[in-house]
Amino acid sequence: MMQKIKTKLCQMAGLFMIIVLAHSPSKAQTEIDGIMMAKNNYCSGIMYNYSSWDQYWEGTLKRNNLNLGTVSTSMLAYMGNYGVSDKLNVLFGLPYIKTKATAGTLSGMSGLQDLSLWVKWMPYEKEFGKSTLSFYTIGGVSLPVSDYTPDFLPMSIGLRSKTISLRGMVDYQYGSWFTTASATYVIRDKVTLDRESYYTTQLHNTNEVAMPDASSINVRAGYRTGRMIAEAVWNKWTTLGGFDITRNNMPFVSNRMNASMLGINLKYNLKGVDGLSLIANGNITLSGRNMGQASTIGGGAFYIIDFSPKKKKEKTSTTDKK
Amino acid sequence: MKKLLTICLLATTILVQMSCSKNVPNTTDDAPMLAPTKTDIDAGIWKPILLTGPTEFPVAAPAAVSSVGYIAELNEVKGYQRDLTAEQEAAIKYWGAGGVLRWNELMRELVAKYNLPPYQNPDGTYPFPSANNPFAYPLFPFANPPYAARAYAYISAAQYDALVAAWHYKKLYNRPAPYKTDANIKPRLPQSDLPSYPSEDAVLAGVTAEMMKLFFPGEIAFIQKKAEEQMMSKLMAGTATRSDIEAGEALGRLVAQKFITRGRADRAGAAAGNATDWALLETQTIARGEIPWISKETPKRPPMLPLFGRVRPFLFDETVTPTLRPAAPPSTSSEQMKKETAEIYDLVNNTNAERIRITHLWADGIATATPPGHWGAIADADFINQKFSEVRWARNMALLNMSMMDAAIVCWDTKFFYFNPRPSQLNPAIKTITGLPNFPSYISGHSTFSAAAATILSHIVPSRAQAYDAMAREASISRMYGGIHYRSDCEKGLETGNKVGAYAVTRAKTDGAD
Repeated sequence: MMQKIKTKLCQMAGLFMIIVLAHSPSKAQTEIDGIMMAKNNYCSGIMYNYSSWDQYWEGTLKRNNLNLGTVSTSMLAYMGNYGVSDKLNVLFGLPYIKTKATAGTLSGMSGLQDLSLWVKWMPYEKEFGKSTLSFYTIGGVSLPVSDYTPDFLPMSIGLRSKTISLRGMVDYQYGSWFTTASATYVIRDKVTLDRESYYTTQLHNTNEVAMPDASSINVRAGYRTGRMIAEAVWNKWTTLGGFDITRNNMPFVSNRMNASMLGINLKYNLKGVDGLSLIANGNITLSGRNMGQASTIGGGAFYIIDFSPKKKKEKTSTTDKK
Repeated sequence: MKKLLTICLLATTILVQMSCSKNVPNTTDDAPMLAPTKTDIDAGIWKPILLTGPTEFPVAAPAAVSSVGYIAELNEVKGYQRDLTAEQEAAIKYWGAGGVLRWNELMRELVAKYNLPPYQNPDGTYPFPSANNPFAYPLFPFANPPYAARAYAYISAAQYDALVAAWHYKKLYNRPAPYKTDANIKPRLPQSDLPSYPSEDAVLAGVTAEMMKLFFPGEIAFIQKKAEEQMMSKLMAGTATRSDIEAGEALGRLVAQKFITRGRADRAGAAAGNATDWALLETQTIARGEIPWISKETPKRPPMLPLFGRVRPFLFDETVTPTLRPAAPPSTSSEQMKKETAEIYDLVNNTNAERIRITHLWADGIATATPPGHWGAIADADFINQKFSEVRWARNMALLNMSMMDAAIVCWDTKFFYFNPRPSQLNPAIKTITGLPNFPSYISGHSTFSAAAATILSHIVPSRAQAYDAMAREASISRMYGGIHYRSDCEKGLETGNKVGAYAVTRAKTDGAD
């Protein structure tokens, strides 16, 4: 029964929110919910996000910048999720990003950013009466797909670091109410700049920048049925190292970028068209360090295609062992 | 399940590979130990910059190598050599690559650290750093390009003069290196026939530490630590004794005083000007019928060092400065200026990855070692391969850095004589791909610095002349790609830089070192 609900709801949580937030820790978040696509189902769609800030943290000092005004990031992403099996999904996301500042002379930048790929595995799922408990592990990689520069923050569209991430997640559902908690560790590869030296807390005579790793904690809770999801999301991104922006300096790719955000996600599975769902989201930044205090709104549409050779009902009956 | 295992295996492989990525070495970490092809034993007769001659500051004759005192000094060296720590070995290796090289790198580090424009006051004015209170915000100095060019020039020139004097006494007293006198001392660095009294490393340590009092007063303690590390590393390496070092350090500090005295009187201290000066620049330009430069920053920031053009140059008399100033740029109301502005608009709006790369390679903006520091790094990378002696390395670096300081003087004189607006001022639709410098457009500082550097470097390392010229041109055009300079700024900047560099070449041909 649970499987069927999940199949219908194309849950691309669509929280590319960290990307949009000051284009720093560019980790898409689609893999981060307690829902699996059923075997041979492919859900994909387009997501648009608009994020902006006029206050940012220079180290821990909150300030504005009259020579930037409001810095905005628009993101259009294509995302997909394929059910290899009911317990193993492969997901990806590819965003196009455009930045702009309303004041000063700095030019906005635009381009394809990083391709993210995840493998999501649900090793355990068990029902206890009205409730269901499930565990997940999610492994991900991300790779820059264009030659954008990471050395023009805050106008750069990303940090250009290859990453590997590993997430552990637990989901608990009681009737139509649920809560999900997860934690990630992100290993970040060094970044290559176009220049041959740079200053962090010392001068580096090289074009390569060592990137501190990062971690993220994500907690979400809300209402979830086969027809719709409404949830609140709290996310905390922590860079494990890096340095603070010095007084009146520009941000740098290996800064200690931290942020905690609170947001809501809404998804609705249309009655008229089977497999089509609409999503909307919004979030605000509660606290941060070396990042903009961004607010984000977004929306998208997703569609499920069933590639099963057999009828769904037969498949469900064979895979549902609960 | 099998697929999962494959993925896990793949992930582990990439993981192991990426775990190495936290270590990012500097390009000169493993620079070879300096083993000069020539000792330049006669460098004591090379023409100094400020010293009246190599004997202006006397260095007393050293004790004989057979004396009791000297034997005690050798025992000190042996004592250190008995058990060197890893840290001490690392210091020997670090300084062994070359004292001039390492001090150049340290100076670039300080410039990058201090190259930050002050944040505005609540009333919209801007605070100025104070040399007497370097630790209060805004930190002293704001090491912007003219400031940096001047600091590099003074420090390199002082190092050169101090080493010329040191070489004179080395030849005069001819005291051999400790390992030549005592076979029990094992040199940890390449052997050399260069006499060791006074120690060239201690001369460099002393002269540079002393110069900090003028240029980076907030870093005296940091630099003193480095100076002591350099001197002790030579003792531990068995290439100098206590008296070699003490004589060298004292000589270095005396020579530095001469440069500090010049620096305090070269008018750089008054280069920031005042509100009256800034207003006058504007009204004079309007009176000539031209659109004056206006700061594009909010709040409007006073222009960077508008009176720097009056600073006393090293390579020519200050009366020569205005004669090197190029003719006026196209009038701000001319068709030519409209065409040039449109060209920059097109370049920025049709930019591509390669132009962005070139813009950022040469940007050398805030928190960097500035264009003169970039050229210093280019020079050092080539000088490593040339295996120059310390005195020759210092001489070549002094020629390079004096060229760039004098280029800054001529360039700033030109900028504030014409007070020409930037492309983004004439057409606010021009957005920039690098930071917009807060001073007038004509002529391009990058172009002037780069051409001056390429001209003198081509004389020093002729085999690299084509490469230097190509780099100077790329640095120049990068400012058009960035949207912050017109073509005429860049072309006239290159021409003017070449003229300044030619003065350095003339000096190089007659200073006795060629």
